[in-house]
Amino acid sequence: MKKDLKEFKTFPSSTIKEIQRAAKEGIYQIRGLGAKRKVPDFDDLVFLGASMSRYPLEGYREKCNTSVILGDRFAKNPIKLDIPITIAGMSFGALGANAKEALGRGASAMGTSTTTGDGGMTKEERGSSKYLVYQLLPSRYGMNPDDLRKADAIEIVVGQGAKPGGGGMLLGQKINKRVAGMRTLPEGIDQRSACRHPDWTGPDDLEIKIQELREITNWEKPIYIKVGAARPYYDTTLAVKAGADVVVLDGMQGGTAATQDVFIEHVGIPTLGALRESVDALKELNMHRKVQLIVSGGIRTGADVAKAIAMGADAVSIGSAAMMALNCNADLYRKDYEKLGTEPGYCHHCHTGKCPVGVATQDPILEKRLNPIEGGKRLKNYLSTLTLELQTLARANGKSDVRNLEPEDLAALTVEAAAMARVPLAGTDWIPGLKK
Amino acid sequence: MNLDLNKKKLREINQLLQNVGREKNNRSFQILNPQGQHAICAGLKDDIEVSIKGHTGYYCAGMNKNASITVHGNVGTGVAENMMSGKVIIKGNASQSAGATGHGGSLIIEGDASSRCGISMKGINIIVKGSVGHMSAFMAQKGNLIILGDADADLGDSIYEAKIFVKGKVKSLGSDCIEKKMDDKNIKELNKIFKDLNISEDAKKFKRYGSARNLYNFKIDNVSSY
Repeated sequence: MKKDLKEFKTFPSSTIKEIQRAAKEGIYQIRGLGAKRKVPDFDDLVFLGASMSRYPLEGYREKCNTSVILGDRFAKNPIKLDIPITIAGMSFGALGANAKEALGRGASAMGTSTTTGDGGMTKEERGSSKYLVYQLLPSRYGMNPDDLRKADAIEIVVGQGAKPGGGGMLLGQKINKRVAGMRTLPEGIDQRSACRHPDWTGPDDLEIKIQELREITNWEKPIYIKVGAARPYYDTTLAVKAGADVVVLDGMQGGTAATQDVFIEHVGIPTLGALRESVDALKELNMHRKVQLIVSGGIRTGADVAKAIAMGADAVSIGSAAMMALNCNADLYRKDYEKLGTEPGYCHHCHTGKCPVGVATQDPILEKRLNPIEGGKRLKNYLSTLTLELQTLARANGKSDVRNLEPEDLAALTVEAAAMARVPLAGTDWIPGLKK
Repeated sequence: MNLDLNKKKLREINQLLQNVGREKNNRSFQILNPQGQHAICAGLKDDIEVSIKGHTGYYCAGMNKNASITVHGNVGTGVAENMMSGKVIIKGNASQSAGATGHGGSLIIEGDASSRCGISMKGINIIVKGSVGHMSAFMAQKGNLIILGDADADLGDSIYEAKIFVKGKVKSLGSDCIEKKMDDKNIKELNKIFKDLNISEDAKKFKRYGSARNLYNFKIDNVSSY
């Protein structure tokens, strides 16, 4: 930009471009993945580390436990994971079969769980996943009692962080014969999954729905309730009241296979603030650590995992980052990115089915670009890295179990993060909004 | 065998009914004193017969496979939801979302069914001898919703490939749902369903409704339909 030119703050060039695109096409933009706008996040927090009053653990010698038990409130068979990092629900349809298998392989190698999605359970996914969480979504695509019984846990999806209040969307170009068959719909049509469940409408009904699911599965399976970060304090309270074993909270940075850009960027609240509210609700109910809390939406590093756990989560879940471990947005097949009008690092074209790296596609040629065994190894390596980073930070704060991390180990770098996370602004004892 | 919900817990009864092996001779059961309890006969797997003597709560016969279940009373929300196969007969009325997302089998409601009957159905046959409430067959994907009485507003809203047959009046049709020609093939299919289920009706007296398929792929020209 030339020095003597002044851009409109209200109408920067990107906004003008979007107005002109809308004027030409007359329709909103649909895209994949999560929010691209900057919001307060875990990068706005730091750990204090050990000091005179906190005794650190030896980084390479002393043990630091990472295992977590999920679902021991009511279920006969809770899940014991080796690491507190799970793979979020992503549908077969949105992702190809190779991607689903790779997720299962990587997660299983690290002793953690993966999750189905809007489209049912595939044989590849069940076969490759040591622990598989089966989602019960409003569409109920592919839902059946046999798969329900094959699952290790059941996740009732009320909403997701990318679009709280929105249903699933899988555009026709990704609906091949197999995907269509699993969803009992014709090939090639846009699948706009329902945004609300067909047979229950509120927390009182949900409690009864959970009873039915437990009856069908002999009270064996942990029942998770997944909510998008809309009103997390109340949603967590109501989920506990409805009888959840586990609450899954997905912040606005969480990804999606396809949704209106306006939905992704403008509905829901950031993971940082949502997590605090959800933990508040559990503590007020005296259910913290009794009903486990899994948080997702923008988790990228072991530092993010550690900070989420310090704020009160029992585990985290990753979706977009897991896809990236499989090469989503990798600098490969550059020409195919260019055909989509994008480039590595910027791609959000999951909705087109033309994923250059073979992750979010049903195209058999593109899908071959992802070898499920190699992809599984990459995911394992990534999860291993996150776990080592998590342990490093826990030991630095004197914890022999990662779940002993606590808000007192944290400080905020911005006033916004201090207010949302309710930890002091670094160098002060000030927590905005908290009465002394 | 009589199973009395005044004497046994729901869990015990459901567990017993879910695990009736093929080697067992006793395949006929009566449930006494249901008293509106929820999830009675949920998740049955085998071809047994169960007769429930009274009213039930939510999700009676939920996700049923193979079993034949008769309720001698009214049923709450979501009767036979996500049913895979088998037969469920309701002698009284059904609350909302009857047969929701059902994949197969037959649900026969001898009285009326409330709103959203057959919502997101995926292959089930639902026969309502009375009338149905609003938004019935909403987003219905496959199967047949057969209504001997009337249908309330917005029938078949956003319907996919399911078929709706109505003998009485339809208050209004939902988005993308239209009346379709009742041709010989449809008459033959519907008469076969009646015959198989021992229902004395003439398919020629029914009108057929289904998807106009205008909303299958989003087009800006159709935006006023949403």
